Amino acid sequence: MIDKLSWIAVYPEITLLVMACAITMLDLAVKTPLRTATYLMTLLTLGTVAVMQYLYADTDQTIYGFGNMVVSDPMGNWLKLFATLAMMVTLVYGRPYAASRDMLRGGELFTLSLFSLLGMFVMISGNNFVVLYLGLELLTLSGYALVALRRDHVVSTEAAMKYFVLGAMASGFLLYGLSMLYGATGSLDITEVFQAINSKQVKPEVLIFGLVFIIAGLGFKLGAVPFHMWVPDVYQGAPTAVTLIIGGAPKFAAFAIVIRILVEGLMPLSIHWQEMLMVLSVASLLVGNLAAIMQSNLKRMLAYSTISQMGFVLLAMVAGNVGGDVKFAADAYGASMFYVTTYVLTTLASFGIIMLLSRAGFESEEISDLAGLNQRSPLYAGVMTICMLSLAGIPPLVGFFAKLTVLEALLRTGLTSHLWLAIFAVMMSLIAAFYYIRVIKIMYFDAPASEATIDAPQDARVVLAINGLLVLGLGLFSGGLMSLCHHAIVKMLTT
Amino acid sequence: MGLLSLAIWTPIFFGVVLLAFGNDEHAKVVRWIALIGALVSFLVTVPVYTGFQLGTAAMQFVENTVWIGSFNINYHLGVDGISIWFVLLTAFINLVVVIAGWEVITQRVNQYMGAFLILSGLMIGVFCAIDGMLFYVFFEATLIPMYLIIGVWGGPNKIYAAFKFFLYTLLGSLLMLIALIYLYNKSGGSFDLAAWHKLPLGATAQTLLFFAFLAAFAVKVPMWPVHTWLPDVHVEAPTGGSAVLAAIMLKLGAYGFLRFSLPIAPDAAHEWAGLMIALSLIAVIYVGLVAMVQQDMKKLVAYSSVAHMGFVTLGFFIFNDLGVSGGLVQMIAHGFVSAAMFLCIGVLYDRVHSREIAAYGGVVNTMPKFAAFALLFAMANCGLPGTAGFVGEWMVILGAVKVNFWLGLAAASALIFGAAYTLWMFKRVYLGAVANHHVKELLDIDPREFLVLALLAIAALAMGLYPKPFTDVMNTSVAELLKHVAISKLN
Repeated sequence: MIDKLSWIAVYPEITLLVMACAITMLDLAVKTPLRTATYLMTLLTLGTVAVMQYLYADTDQTIYGFGNMVVSDPMGNWLKLFATLAMMVTLVYGRPYAASRDMLRGGELFTLSLFSLLGMFVMISGNNFVVLYLGLELLTLSGYALVALRRDHVVSTEAAMKYFVLGAMASGFLLYGLSMLYGATGSLDITEVFQAINSKQVKPEVLIFGLVFIIAGLGFKLGAVPFHMWVPDVYQGAPTAVTLIIGGAPKFAAFAIVIRILVEGLMPLSIHWQEMLMVLSVASLLVGNLAAIMQSNLKRMLAYSTISQMGFVLLAMVAGNVGGDVKFAADAYGASMFYVTTYVLTTLASFGIIMLLSRAGFESEEISDLAGLNQRSPLYAGVMTICMLSLAGIPPLVGFFAKLTVLEALLRTGLTSHLWLAIFAVMMSLIAAFYYIRVIKIMYFDAPASEATIDAPQDARVVLAINGLLVLGLGLFSGGLMSLCHHAIVKMLTT
Repeated sequence: MGLLSLAIWTPIFFGVVLLAFGNDEHAKVVRWIALIGALVSFLVTVPVYTGFQLGTAAMQFVENTVWIGSFNINYHLGVDGISIWFVLLTAFINLVVVIAGWEVITQRVNQYMGAFLILSGLMIGVFCAIDGMLFYVFFEATLIPMYLIIGVWGGPNKIYAAFKFFLYTLLGSLLMLIALIYLYNKSGGSFDLAAWHKLPLGATAQTLLFFAFLAAFAVKVPMWPVHTWLPDVHVEAPTGGSAVLAAIMLKLGAYGFLRFSLPIAPDAAHEWAGLMIALSLIAVIYVGLVAMVQQDMKKLVAYSSVAHMGFVTLGFFIFNDLGVSGGLVQMIAHGFVSAAMFLCIGVLYDRVHSREIAAYGGVVNTMPKFAAFALLFAMANCGLPGTAGFVGEWMVILGAVKVNFWLGLAAASALIFGAAYTLWMFKRVYLGAVANHHVKELLDIDPREFLVLALLAIAALAMGLYPKPFTDVMNTSVAELLKHVAISKLN
């Protein structure tokens, strides 16, 4: 039924695609080691796309395009805006780091970043299983290449290999699950799948069989236990700039694909997938937090911390359907979206600091490398403190309000099981607090490990300061972002 | 901007300015700005007292604006007779601590002063907040500056102490967070304390809430048996940190009992009052005995703090006027006296760098002025009539006798232990012959130290001789609270 293409739904994607190709060509003519021209063009593109996405989001409209293959709704538009901004910030932090490691030689960093962002966009906008899958593949394929960008670096290459093998397997799982659904319902269109399942004409055995594979695939992409094995290795092995490209903006896409498939497509099965997600989230909180305590490598610690934070994101997802009643769905998924947003914001700053502290030939990635940072640079130490406390969920930082919304969503259901989940989650936050405040201890209480001056470019410093202030400021004034997420989810659920 | 907002944000503003622009090259300027900040912060709290209406239990100086609309969290401030003195006390102790840290702190002065100013603003926020979530945010946020104060400027084992402080208190508060969210849902989406006070609750819910709040507040007070963090932290914290911790931070927990536990879960509070009284008496008697055998002055005063706070919780859970008012008076008195005790230890420590009682002896010979102050505070600590320490303990004992004679007797016996450990320490440190060459070389307090101790001495004496201004403001609010607590919420 392709009667109307509605190009308007995909203008940002088209812009990204065209510019990604153009920048690849442009880069052939750029010879400077810092690739300033490419860099500026990339930022300009991202800036333009961000403005476009803001305008889309601001209209609060839902547009379907390409015969319901893609959708441009407020939730998607906000997520795409956040992802674009996150990518911009990542590149600002990452350029000096990449330049000093000879990673800018071919300009692929920028092109691949744009392509991975395009992949995220497609994942967020997809309203069809195949489109979602294509977006996912575009994102992860760019990711494999990015991790291997330092091709003469053993650890990076190894990380890329692991990422590729496990990522391909996860894609396989997801695809297998989706094909089950296709077999059972006869459609790849999310809305039609939803209606088919809702009509109760479909055998639940096949659906649940497929659902298990889908959850496994999504679990891989989110990095939830027990599908988390790749996360620590890739976070640690990849060049830090790439770690942030993988660990930052794509979280929005991962959240979106979970919402698109599970909520928009498989809401009638929510009782089943909620149980599965509950297991994943409890396991993630437990394993992520306990393993993080043991780490001496900061990137690896943050990787385990990510696993536990994803546990929190999933925790909110289990509170949407209470005994068949979905009146709390908007609160639950809104909490989840708010959590993801604040998490990415905090992650950007913490990995930003790791990059800015690294120099040519020196990776500042051991926790002990931060020793005495407060004496070397109160600004960096301050921002890192804010990030760690936010991840630990200490008020008044934004991470606390994220945890608050999730816990509230759990308790709102009034179920005893969810009360225990909430208590379990806060006890895990207590464990988490230990390794987060240990980082602060190293920065403030220990003597400096090196006296080397920190010379980061001005733009990165300014962005970092703003980023840190946002973690604090969005905590003090979290109401706006919170209701924005809630509203976006309400729109998504009602259309 | 209302008065209470000014009281909260003035110190925080000065603190942030110091953090952002100060550095050790301009330590002198930093100190003066900190002093001005602390002074201004104290002065803005004075109108809160002078403008306070007696004879009403209603919240005064109320400010109410929406903070987080989607959760119905409001920036809702107000003080009543229960909380008003703590606003002034916090600002006052902050001023004292800034002066006390003047020359003692030489490294990262701006961060030290900034942390104390911000901490003071946050603690005033705890006392003023009448929105549950706002309370929690202030309550938890105080952990951050205190953690840094202990960890950066503390003693040799500071890291252990900082972690113990942070994690121990966080454990309690997290359970309270669950309780707050539970109440939010139960009350139909409100964090308003007044609404919670009226909310009818079943017996099981009340018991669970009572224990969730107990987890947060008992750790903070601290009550036996969760008091073990306090001695460790006090020993390692810098003098100013110990003073603020003992004088104000412990009060946050006791204050929480009056704002949350008693009025929200009155039936559970009555049901478990026996337990609370037993724990309080253990704190008063057993911890008092523990204090007696301490070799370290700071540890001794820390255990003495636990014992004195035992009086406070004892007063709260006998549910009569004298008990609750007495507990409140005791909190304020202990604020002055414990801060003074820690600052006295600080004076000695700055000179000799030892907190061991055995390292001293005969200090009165070389520091007569200082010894006079120390004697006054020691007397106040053991509750001599005419000093601040007497009023509260006496009221609590009277209240206890009203309930049960033996209870009163048990509480009163603690006065003997208090006198024993305080005066014995005084004797060993100050009296007798000069013990060693360190003591011989001691110089008496300088004008700055004199000022600090004189301020606290005046406060301790004034409160002891004329406690009326303190009890007057409390009466109505305490009576109202007790009236509320006496009514069952079970339906």
